[in-house]
Amino acid sequence: MTAVGQEVRATEMAGPKPTFMSRLLEGWIIKLVILIIVIIWIIPTLGVLISSFRPADAVNTNGWWTVFTDFGNNEWTFSNYDQVLNSIGFGNAFLNSLSVTIPATVIPITIAAFAAYAFAWMDFPGRNIIFVTVVALLVIPLQMALIPLLSLYVDFDLNGTFPAVWLAHTGFGLPLAIYLLRNYIGSLPSSLMESAKIDGATHFEIFTKLVVPLSVPVLASFAIFQFLWVWNDLLVALVFLGGEPDVRVVTLALRDLNGSRGEAWHLLTAGAFITMALPLAVFLGLQRYFVRGLTAGSVKG
Amino acid sequence: MTIHTEQRPAEPEPQAPPPHPEEPTGIGTQLLRIGVSLVVPVLAILGLYFAGNVLLDEDSNRVIVVVMAIIVGVFGVFGLYYGMDWLINRMPDRYRDKVRPFAFVGPAIVILAIFLLYPTFDTIYRSFRDPTNASFVGFENFSRIFSDSEFLISLRNSVGWVLIVPLFSVVIGLGFAVLADRLGRRGESFSKTFIFMPMAISFVGASIVWKFIYNFRPEGFGDQIGLLNGVWTSLGNEPIAWLLQEPYNNLYLMVILIWLQTGFAMVILSAAIKSVPEDIIEAARIDGASEFQVFRKVTIPSISSTIVVVATTVIITVWKVFDIVFVMTGGRFGTSVVAEKMVTEFFTFRNSGSGAALAVVLLIAIIPLMIANVKRFREQEETR
Repeated sequence: MTAVGQEVRATEMAGPKPTFMSRLLEGWIIKLVILIIVIIWIIPTLGVLISSFRPADAVNTNGWWTVFTDFGNNEWTFSNYDQVLNSIGFGNAFLNSLSVTIPATVIPITIAAFAAYAFAWMDFPGRNIIFVTVVALLVIPLQMALIPLLSLYVDFDLNGTFPAVWLAHTGFGLPLAIYLLRNYIGSLPSSLMESAKIDGATHFEIFTKLVVPLSVPVLASFAIFQFLWVWNDLLVALVFLGGEPDVRVVTLALRDLNGSRGEAWHLLTAGAFITMALPLAVFLGLQRYFVRGLTAGSVKG
Repeated sequence: MTIHTEQRPAEPEPQAPPPHPEEPTGIGTQLLRIGVSLVVPVLAILGLYFAGNVLLDEDSNRVIVVVMAIIVGVFGVFGLYYGMDWLINRMPDRYRDKVRPFAFVGPAIVILAIFLLYPTFDTIYRSFRDPTNASFVGFENFSRIFSDSEFLISLRNSVGWVLIVPLFSVVIGLGFAVLADRLGRRGESFSKTFIFMPMAISFVGASIVWKFIYNFRPEGFGDQIGLLNGVWTSLGNEPIAWLLQEPYNNLYLMVILIWLQTGFAMVILSAAIKSVPEDIIEAARIDGASEFQVFRKVTIPSISSTIVVVATTVIITVWKVFDIVFVMTGGRFGTSVVAEKMVTEFFTFRNSGSGAALAVVLLIAIIPLMIANVKRFREQEETR
């Protein structure tokens, strides 16, 4: 049902027939409005992208939009990226971000998948109450956990280590993960589980050989969501990991650069783009899965 | 939240296996259940702790750290579950079925208890105590929040954020979804991608992107390199330090979050619009309704529940916004918000009492949503 076809049918049936010209005009107005909004939305990112490839002098003497008006005289360079990645430490921060993000995505998925299976297909005392508590925990603000967890981490000498952030993100991501996975796993046909049981499969076998393969779409949605969430997080990293160079993640590196060299726009724009590159790639590549996890996901504390 | 749930007995779910005939559950079973719940998280934490320490001490190749982290994360945690199952299979018959569910669900419960439940109660407790958590001060922290002018400004700003950002995100998102619906399929998904894209950008990244837009140079210090002042001065005006203009600077910060959240509203609302039955819309058109009337009288009422869900979701995000204010202004120039103030109070001023009290303020505002969530969930379960 293309919009055009719809239009034609509607006008055939409606009383007064709009002229061909007015229909054409309407179509163009819509296109124009859409174009204007898209341009407004894209301009901020475009400015950063262009500036990150301009020499420091150029960035600081005239606006990035002059590359369009003064077309012949543009110089382009990778030296901003070189400087940010190597001497300012974004290269290291990028690897640190990976070391934080991958386990902080995989661990909650594993733990949540087992729990979701139990909530959906196993019988145990307190099942409903516990699950309702999980639903309630979905919206708990992250801020509620910061102070006590920090003092707990200090007591156990965990603060400033990767496991501290992995576990914190696992805790904060679990309610959403359990909720999403349980809804999905619970909607798998029960005949499937029963026939597997009749064939003598244990719960563990049903889970690993049947449920996990069938749940790949929802696992992917949550994985993407959690990945973006952890990668883009500043607060948890700031509190539990800190700014030491050997653990500092990209969001923190960017914030530090903003603090120390807040007017060095050739560096800030390159740094900003480095932090954005991977999530943008993941997002553009896997948009379909991402949308699915979105509604439930944004409620996350 | 447990009070709420305990008022009603838990209904058995239709898809649940029939409960076992009630045998008395012995103390041995209970102990095994607790033990089984604890083993995986405790071993996991210890394993992660040592793995993390070793890797940090080595101070070695980052790539190795990443690979090790993945191995520990994927295989380590899964291996623990596998080991637990192996153990349970070797238990006496009468324990096996009663203990097994806890090997599956126990680790999650333990982690939720340590990382969310306990901190929540501890934060509430600390909010009634002095800055160093040494003695009780009653409601002093809260009375300070609601009387001190600094705190009142952050409360005012937070309320402003919660009113303005969701409104604009939903209105722009809805408008865009409706218009894009009338483009061809390719044009629609292409244009939507651009609006949606900022969803993937971190709040810190977005802040830098917009700080560049708002950049200001006093007159005589060279060309403006911020787009907004570039446009503004080319119209013959004096450059403006946008982020210092109280109270309008709050609006300029809100623009960033509107930019980030509109895509979310647009995608969800677009899906809802497409699910409005075609024949209702056709019928309205046959009755001579204009396109705008169809939109107002048919489309909007049919998607009203989705609009509520989207607005609520954006409200929660906005209410907890921290990064944008923290990076853009550090909460100065009259721009602080509750979530940012909470972090500053605790980490800059080392005041655990008022930091906790601000977190509690955040929580209290969200409790109605929490109850609504639980209610909606229970209704869903009844109709399954």
